[in-house]
Amino acid sequence: MKKDLLSIADLTRDEIYSILDAADAMREIGERPIKKVPTLRGKTVVNLFYEPSTRTRTSFEIAEKRLSADTLNIAVAASSVLKGETLADTAMNIEAMQPDMIVLRHASSGACHLLSRICRSRIINAGDGMHEHPTQALLDAYTIRQHKKRFEGLKVVIVGDLMHSRVLRSNVQLLTKLGADVWLSGPPTLVPTAAERLGVTVCTSVDEAVVDADVIMMLRIQQERMQGAFFPSLREYFHVFGMTAERVKRAKSDVIIMHPGPMNRGVEIASEVADGPYSVILEQVANGVAVRMAVLYLLAGEVEVD
Amino acid sequence: MKVLLKGGRVVDPANGRDGAFDLLIDGALVAKVAKNIAPESGVKVVDIPSGLVVCPGLIDMHVHLREPGQEHKETVATGTASAVAGGFTAVACMPNTSPVNDNAGVTSYILKKAAEANLARVYPIGAVSRGQKGEQLADIAELREAGCVALTDDGRPVATALLMRRALEYAGMFDMPVIEHCEEQTLKGDGVAHEGFHAATLGLRGIPGEAESIMALRDIALAELTRGLVHIAHMSARQTLDAVRYGKGRGVRVTCEVTPHHFVLTDEMLGAPVPYDTNTKMNPPLREQADRDEMLKGLADGSVDAIATDHAPHRADEKHVEFDRAPFGITGLETCVSLCFDRLVHAGVLPLSRLIELLSVNPARILRVKGGSLAEGAPADISILAPDLAVTVSAAAMKSKSKNTPFDGWKLRGGVAATIVGGRTVYRNDAAGALEL
Repeated sequence: MKKDLLSIADLTRDEIYSILDAADAMREIGERPIKKVPTLRGKTVVNLFYEPSTRTRTSFEIAEKRLSADTLNIAVAASSVLKGETLADTAMNIEAMQPDMIVLRHASSGACHLLSRICRSRIINAGDGMHEHPTQALLDAYTIRQHKKRFEGLKVVIVGDLMHSRVLRSNVQLLTKLGADVWLSGPPTLVPTAAERLGVTVCTSVDEAVVDADVIMMLRIQQERMQGAFFPSLREYFHVFGMTAERVKRAKSDVIIMHPGPMNRGVEIASEVADGPYSVILEQVANGVAVRMAVLYLLAGEVEVD
Repeated sequence: MKVLLKGGRVVDPANGRDGAFDLLIDGALVAKVAKNIAPESGVKVVDIPSGLVVCPGLIDMHVHLREPGQEHKETVATGTASAVAGGFTAVACMPNTSPVNDNAGVTSYILKKAAEANLARVYPIGAVSRGQKGEQLADIAELREAGCVALTDDGRPVATALLMRRALEYAGMFDMPVIEHCEEQTLKGDGVAHEGFHAATLGLRGIPGEAESIMALRDIALAELTRGLVHIAHMSARQTLDAVRYGKGRGVRVTCEVTPHHFVLTDEMLGAPVPYDTNTKMNPPLREQADRDEMLKGLADGSVDAIATDHAPHRADEKHVEFDRAPFGITGLETCVSLCFDRLVHAGVLPLSRLIELLSVNPARILRVKGGSLAEGAPADISILAPDLAVTVSAAAMKSKSKNTPFDGWKLRGGVAATIVGGRTVYRNDAAGALEL
C-alpha cells in the first residue's frame, strides 16, 4: 500500500480485497472476551479532528485501542482555526512529536493531501470536506460483501445529497472499481457536475432507480441545504426522495438498506425502513471498527518496512 | 546620449515593420528606425544578434503591486523589478490595495514609489467605487488628474447594473475605460474552482463559466446603452468570449484580455500532478479544455485584444493552507513572455507580430497611454526578446517578492533578453547573450 490512505484512488483492487480480508480477522478479535491484540504496541496514532464526529472518531479510537496503539485525540473547534495556527503549522508541531500515524478529519477537501506533503507519518483520511471518506466506503464494501458475497454486477443505488457527500465520492470509486453497477439518485440541484463520467448512471427518479436494486445506500440531507435553495422543504424532499417502505418494495426482495449516519428520520429515510428488516445500518457501524483496524494494521505494516 | 541598436528583428506592428532594422535611441526617445543606420560618432553601438527581437515595450495592463498595505506580498519596487525582468516596460496596477486606490492620495503614493523604483512605468488604475464597496462612485476626476488611466473594482465586479451604468457614463467624460472583473456573485457563491468534472471529483465547490459571461453580457449591454468603454478583464470562459464577440459585432466599445494561465492551463491541474495545489487556485478559475481552446482561437482571430498576467503575488505561507482557504491568484510577470512564445508563437497559434499587438500595441491603445509603437519620437520603451532562449522557470530566482507560480520548473522556449525604459536599460538577461547595453 501507499504511504497514506487519502483516497480510494490510492488503492488497487487487490489492496481493497486485502483490507476486506484483514477486516474479517479483525472482526474476530472484536468478538473475543479480551478485545485486544499487541499489533500496534509502541505505535502512536493521533486522531486529529477538525470537525465534530462521534461515529468515525469513536470507531477509529476503538480500533486503535484494540490494536494496542497509543492514541491521542485532538479535537479542534472550527472557531479556533480561524484565529489560530494554520493546519500546516499544527501538522508540523504534531509531526515534531513523531507519531506514526495521523487520522485526519477536516472540513476542507484536500486537507489530507496537504498533511501528506508535510508529514512523514502515515495519514489516514477520516473525511476531508466534500472529497472522500475512504474508510467509510471500505466498511460499506465490507458490509455489502457480508450480505452479497460479491460486487460484480450488483446494483447499488445511492440516494440523497450527492454533491456535498464525501461518502458518495469514495463509494463510487470503490464500487465501480469492484465492478458494481452504481446508480445515483437525488435532486438535480445536488448532482455533481459530469457525474456520468464516473461510470455511474444518474437517474433523478428514485422510483425508477431503486427497481431491482441489491443495495440502497442513503445519504444524509443537511437542513442548511434548504437555504441554498437546493430543494424547497424537508417535507417535499421526503415526498420525492425519501426512502419509504413502498419504494423499498421496488428493489430486490433481499435488498439491504445502508446509511453512513447520522440519519435524519423522516427526511431521507422513513423510520420503518431504518429500523426494518432490510436495514444493515448498525452492522455498518460494527464493521467500521474491524475495517479501520485492518487499515491501521496494513498501513503500520508498511511503517515497519521503512 | 545616443544608442544604436544594430541588427536583430524589429517587430513594430503599429508602424507595419517586421524585419531587419536598426533602431536609434536619442535620450529617452526613439530617434530613427531604418535599415542599416550608419553610426555617427559619439553613438554607442549595440549589436543585436539576428535571432533577437526588438519590439515596442510590453505593457501588462493587469497587475497587483499590493502597495500600499500588503507589502509582505509585493511592493511597487519588487513588482516593477519583476515586470522588467519579464520584459515589461509598463504595468497598470489594480486598486484593491489597503487602503483602496480610490483617491488621489493613494494614486500619488503609488506613483511616488514607482518614481523611486525607477524601473517600469506604472499606470495606476483607480477604483470605480469608494472603497470598492459598490455604493458610491469614487472621485473619478480627481483620480484621473492624479494619474489613474482606468477604473475598476477588480477583485469583484461593479456591484450593481446601475452603478456600472453611472461609471461608464461618468468615466466616458474622460474617455477612461472601466475594467470589469466579471463575476455574478450569487452564481459564484463560495466556489473555489471551475465547475466541472475535476472540481466535482475533488470535492471543490464550483464556479460555472456563466458566472463570468452573465456579468460580461450585462456590462456589454450597459456599454451599448452609455457608449462607454468597457474592458473585460482576465476572461476565462468560452461563453464570455462569445459575449465579447457579440458586443463587438454590435459596435459596442468593448475590449478584453486573457491571461497566460487561462490559455495554457486547464482545470485538470487541480488534481495532477500535485492534487489541490493552491497555485492552481485563481479567480477566475482555470477552466476546461474547451474554454482554453476557445481562448487560443480568440487570441489568433483578433477577438481577444490583450494578454495581461493578473500578476497576483501572495506570500508562501498564505498559499500553504487548505485549498478552499487559500487566496486566489498566481504571479505572472516573469513567466508571461516564455509562455507566450512557447504556447502561442512556436506552437503556431499566432505570428509574432500578433503577439506584440496583444502585449504592447493594444494595451497602450486600450489604456490610452503612450507606448506600443517604435515611431520616431515615441518613448524609447523597448523590449528585446529572445524567441529561442531555453528557459527553465525558477520561482526561487524570480524578482517578485512572492513565488506563487504553477509554472515552477517548466521548460519553455522563449524569453527576455533586455528591457529598456525611456532609453535606459533596466534589465538585462545575460543568459540571452551578452548585450552591450
